[in-house]
Amino acid sequence: MEKFTPVSSIGTPLERPNIDTDQMVPKQFLKLVQRTGFGEFLFYDWKFEPDGRKKEFVLNDPKYSGSQILVTGENFGCGSSREHAAWALKDYGFDVIIAPSFADIFYNNCFKNGILPVFLPKDQVSEIMKTKSVINVDLKSQTIQYDSKSIPFQIEPSRKKTLLEGLDDIAVTMQYEDKITGYEKAH
Amino acid sequence: MGKTLFEKIWDNHTVEEIDGRTLIYIDRHMVHEVTSPQAFDGLRINKRRVRRPDLTFATMDHNVPTNNRSLPIIDQISATQIKALENNCKEFGIPLFGLDSPHQGIVHVIGPELGITLPGITMVCGDSHTSTHGAFGAFALGIGTSDVEHVLATQCLVLDRPKTFEIRVDGTRKNTHAITAKDIILSIIKKIGTGGGNGTVIEYRGRAISDLSMEERMTICNMSIEAGARAGLVAPDQKTFDYVKGRKYTPKNYDELIQDWRENLKTDENAKFDKSFVINASEIIPQVSWGTNPAMTADVTDVIPSPEEFAKGDASQENAAKKALEYMDLKAGTPIADIRLDRVFIGSCTNARLQDLIEASSVIKGRKVSLNVRAMVVPGSQQVKKQAEELGLDKIFQEANFEWRESGCSMCLGMNPDILARGERCASTSNRNFEGRQGSGGRTHLVSPIMAAAAALTGHFVDVREWV
Repeated sequence: MEKFTPVSSIGTPLERPNIDTDQMVPKQFLKLVQRTGFGEFLFYDWKFEPDGRKKEFVLNDPKYSGSQILVTGENFGCGSSREHAAWALKDYGFDVIIAPSFADIFYNNCFKNGILPVFLPKDQVSEIMKTKSVINVDLKSQTIQYDSKSIPFQIEPSRKKTLLEGLDDIAVTMQYEDKITGYEKAH
Repeated sequence: MGKTLFEKIWDNHTVEEIDGRTLIYIDRHMVHEVTSPQAFDGLRINKRRVRRPDLTFATMDHNVPTNNRSLPIIDQISATQIKALENNCKEFGIPLFGLDSPHQGIVHVIGPELGITLPGITMVCGDSHTSTHGAFGAFALGIGTSDVEHVLATQCLVLDRPKTFEIRVDGTRKNTHAITAKDIILSIIKKIGTGGGNGTVIEYRGRAISDLSMEERMTICNMSIEAGARAGLVAPDQKTFDYVKGRKYTPKNYDELIQDWRENLKTDENAKFDKSFVINASEIIPQVSWGTNPAMTADVTDVIPSPEEFAKGDASQENAAKKALEYMDLKAGTPIADIRLDRVFIGSCTNARLQDLIEASSVIKGRKVSLNVRAMVVPGSQQVKKQAEELGLDKIFQEANFEWRESGCSMCLGMNPDILARGERCASTSNRNFEGRQGSGGRTHLVSPIMAAAAALTGHFVDVREWV
């Protein structure tokens, strides 16, 4: 995985609570057997009418093209465990998601794919959603800066390390091979 | 201080603490065709092996057709995914219950059925409804594909210790035929919300939970994820031990294990939960979801709430309810019983076990599906299908004009040809009423099997308490 570096971009506001992973990648796109190329399917049914015409939707607004930061509602990523949702967000270009809360499986999937999920109090997220300025997200110092404001955020130290160093989780666990074997012998 | 059941299982499976997180050993891993191909590719790229193929079990369920199994699969992309699983299982030595196996079925139906699921174990699958297996007193959780790869390679997962959440269902149901486990869990989610369980493992306790059969407990634990919980579980008891006995993969030392399970797999009396929620089963009546997440649910006797009533002052929830009513093409104030249906689906890992089919069939014997409705039954596994046919349920359903299908996930998520057409409205025994879940533009109402069956006959929702 690539190392996570500071992100500077305008935010894409998507104000809605409980956005589920079925919306991020509708099931008709789950049949691919690779990890790449899911970006074009992101929020497919919210982006397109059945006949293929574009709907009025924030991801169809050219103002936000190239944005790397999604600012959204609580319990983001609920529902299905499909990691395709994280693959689609990353492939589309989002490196940071800011929300009041995340669903557990989705939150975990983000870290496996170099996406930084940032949870902040609801009123702070609402403020960030309103700004038209560039938002700077720095993981090392755990701060978000915009409009001369600086907001600290929390993250578990080991998850931070994984992103900053672009670690392979499996290789890290394999360093504990003797412990795993020991556990198996004892049980 | 004492420990909760979950804390005991967690401690029993801790391999090592790493930087504030925990390396947890995984006892059983179920694999299916949709979330595994990328994981196997990862293993190949990094030249890694499957550490414990003997603890790994695979089947195909998500995208399999539910019509005649002897015909080739028309959807070529689905066929590719199924072929990929066959090849991966062969290459890595993993037992597979393929399309021609008598044990094929939905992962969360066949795990318990085959004795793969056991009390006190840790279990994972690349599917959020893995929480189902918690009904046996296991810590069972859904994971993403990267973690599927992680478990394949190391038989372990790195996890943050979840908080503990007691949900106590006191009292008894007033009508055990009409008011089901599905109504209990929908009532709970309606109250605590779809994020109410985030970051926790729920233990379901109380008289009304002890009273439930194993199949009903599976329905409850299955939908823990719809409340956002990492997992849900029920302490094992004699019903659990009896269920597990003598199945294909039940351990040979069952008699020894049962002693250990009996003594250790329970929450200590002086244990403390991080949070608690209490509901009384006597207040629960049949439930019907009206919106686009499982918390948007009402009593069958209610009317559809206005967005303001639903949101209780939360602006974003109000907006979400407005969008939901628009998507569902419903108006606030409409009685639930006036909602007319085009389709009925009895199936899914939530409600497609033998007891579900028996309950659904109990109200349809000698009746016919409404002429405006297309109704289908998709048994959860080939074993369920076989047992149901031995009881003659297939005849009862077919004589009432229900379609009787082969097993799979089917219209719960519509990855196979079983989907709703745009604008169609379905009474479904599945677990998610998300936008487009059962087909783009399709509208889903979550209900119990007996409620779905009654709705199929009348073409609209009815209060089944008046029937049984």
